[in-house]
Amino acid sequence: MHSVASFDIRYRQLLDAAGIPTGEWPGFAHDPAQLLAMYRMMTLCRVFDTKAINLQRTGRLGTYAPCTGQEATHVGVGAAMQADDVLFPVYREYGTQLWRGVTLAGIYTYWNGDERGTWFDGPRQDFPWCVPIASQMPHAAGAAMAFKVRGQARCAVAYIGDGGTSQGAFYEALNAAGAQALPLVAVVVNNGWAISVPVAEQTAARTLAQKAIAAGIAGIQVDGNDIIAVRAVMEEALARARNGGGPTLVEALTYRLSDHTTADDATRYRPAGELEAAWQREPLLRTRHYLQAHGHWSDTQEAALRADCQAQVDAAVSAYQALPAASTDSMFEHLFAQLPHDLQAQQASARHYAAHKG
Amino acid sequence: MAKLTLVEAINLALAHALQNDPDVVLMGEDIGLNGGVFRATAGLQQRFGALRVQDSVLAEGVIAGMAVGMAAQGLKPVAEIQFMGFIYPALDQICNHMARMRNRTRGRITLPIVVRMPHGGGIHAPEHHSESLESLLCHHAGLRVLCPSTPARAYGLLLAAIRNPDPVIFLEPTRLYRLARQEVEDDGVAADLDCCHLLREGQDVTVVCWGAATHDVLQAAHTLERESIDCEVIDLSSLSPIDHNSILDSVARTGRLVIVHEAARNCGVGAEIAATVAERGLYHLHAPIRRVTGYDTVMPYFRLEHDYIPSVTRIADGIRETVQA
Repeated sequence: MHSVASFDIRYRQLLDAAGIPTGEWPGFAHDPAQLLAMYRMMTLCRVFDTKAINLQRTGRLGTYAPCTGQEATHVGVGAAMQADDVLFPVYREYGTQLWRGVTLAGIYTYWNGDERGTWFDGPRQDFPWCVPIASQMPHAAGAAMAFKVRGQARCAVAYIGDGGTSQGAFYEALNAAGAQALPLVAVVVNNGWAISVPVAEQTAARTLAQKAIAAGIAGIQVDGNDIIAVRAVMEEALARARNGGGPTLVEALTYRLSDHTTADDATRYRPAGELEAAWQREPLLRTRHYLQAHGHWSDTQEAALRADCQAQVDAAVSAYQALPAASTDSMFEHLFAQLPHDLQAQQASARHYAAHKG
Repeated sequence: MAKLTLVEAINLALAHALQNDPDVVLMGEDIGLNGGVFRATAGLQQRFGALRVQDSVLAEGVIAGMAVGMAAQGLKPVAEIQFMGFIYPALDQICNHMARMRNRTRGRITLPIVVRMPHGGGIHAPEHHSESLESLLCHHAGLRVLCPSTPARAYGLLLAAIRNPDPVIFLEPTRLYRLARQEVEDDGVAADLDCCHLLREGQDVTVVCWGAATHDVLQAAHTLERESIDCEVIDLSSLSPIDHNSILDSVARTGRLVIVHEAARNCGVGAEIAATVAERGLYHLHAPIRRVTGYDTVMPYFRLEHDYIPSVTRIADGIRETVQA
């Protein structure tokens, strides 16, 4: 017997948990303005997220999927993308969406049970949140196919969670994208937990990045709490995809510092001490340590940033709460370009009963 | 004008769409050089290239899911599922995404997709190749489901489906692919959607059917003519939405209704038609509504498939009993 193929999974980290650079930094990381822009967005995500949980607890928002702990992955991916790339999110990657122009009020509107939150004033072609796990992956491969058919230098970026990598659609999409050399970058946000099931019970694979190998595409693991490494890895993968080099699977190692959703209680299943340890590696603090150690940031600026984020979030809360109620007609209006005849009668009935419910 | 089989008419419509709309892209298993297992796409990849007529990887879920991503970018994918029995892996994409995207984005993202597939049995095919699963799809909001019964109707309906801005499921009766020829003009004229078609006028009983069953119903109607039973035959054609008004108008004239379909009876499309006539046309009825359908069993392997599919005799018996009731 002899070896017919061998593979290697590389790991990238450029800023460690203490905020110390650990490798050769890419160009953007030498520009403090770019680092500060990403740090500000991560902070906005944290403030937005905290407020969302509070809104849910006080009955002003539906079940909500928090993002705390994963901001570096989300913002780093957003910062690496071009405006005309297309995003296929799961449901907690607000940092990427906000970077691309989705509004805070829009996100609140969605989680308040209202489809109008998916209108996306900024990135008009980005897909809405995708609840059936992994089913967004073939959509991204399809958009990438459209870019290929039309000869456009654009990329599709799809998110998926660690649990999502157990789904067939995840592998099928990677396989199809590899076979047809499509400009797709898939980001596995490995936050350790698929609701209550840890990664070690989800798969025997030592890394999730190695799932790229079976699809014949590039796979890499990155410290998902290190925004510099995430953006660097994404920029390389996107450039390769844009130049016809095919898809990449990026596994970002992070941690879900929150519950799965506001309907979940992670204390039921997470081992003692794990959460506290994870807080030591969280993404905002290490970025701030670096910025302050190098004179790019101060406590005064931090306080001002927090106040500014709070004001933005408060304004967004006012905006979504001031939105007029969705019309009963709207559940019929957007089913088809032209509503079939029999549905018109059902629409009239729904309108009648809605008018009398008060 | 050429006399074409139903599968040739489908090929003609696909060629017309590819020729006249640069956004139309065909995708599916073995549809390229091989031209599809029924040859519905024969010659099209050679003519339009491998990016317009794409051989997909062997995964129905990814075919349907990629169609969603392609359509959201403004392409008009026409995806082929090789046999309807293989639709299940694609249902997540069809039901959760294709059917819902316009609604859940309030019209921001729309999906002009056609999903074509062979439908029904009667051609001595392997297991899982002869299913009639239209009910699975008709139950979902946001989809149109079509089933042509003649070459000319297949040409016009397929062009209408491709030009429609919303997803359309297009069921092609395998038994009819090469059963008969009909003159089909390659005029690019799309048929009307959301309506049924009167195949035969009659006074005694309305018979509603679709797909391959229409041919058996017409034969039964011909037989019953000798017994002075005058059948009105309606080709439903659009299984979702159903043109209930035309059926009710017919039943108001004949006073009797028989529904014939190859799919299983339980929760079949026939039940929806019967329920609607009971709700809105009961007082026109002189006899109970009758359904002549496939049985609520597994679609048998081909040695027994003709015991399952409603035969001309079984259909004629059902109509006769209804008229004599």
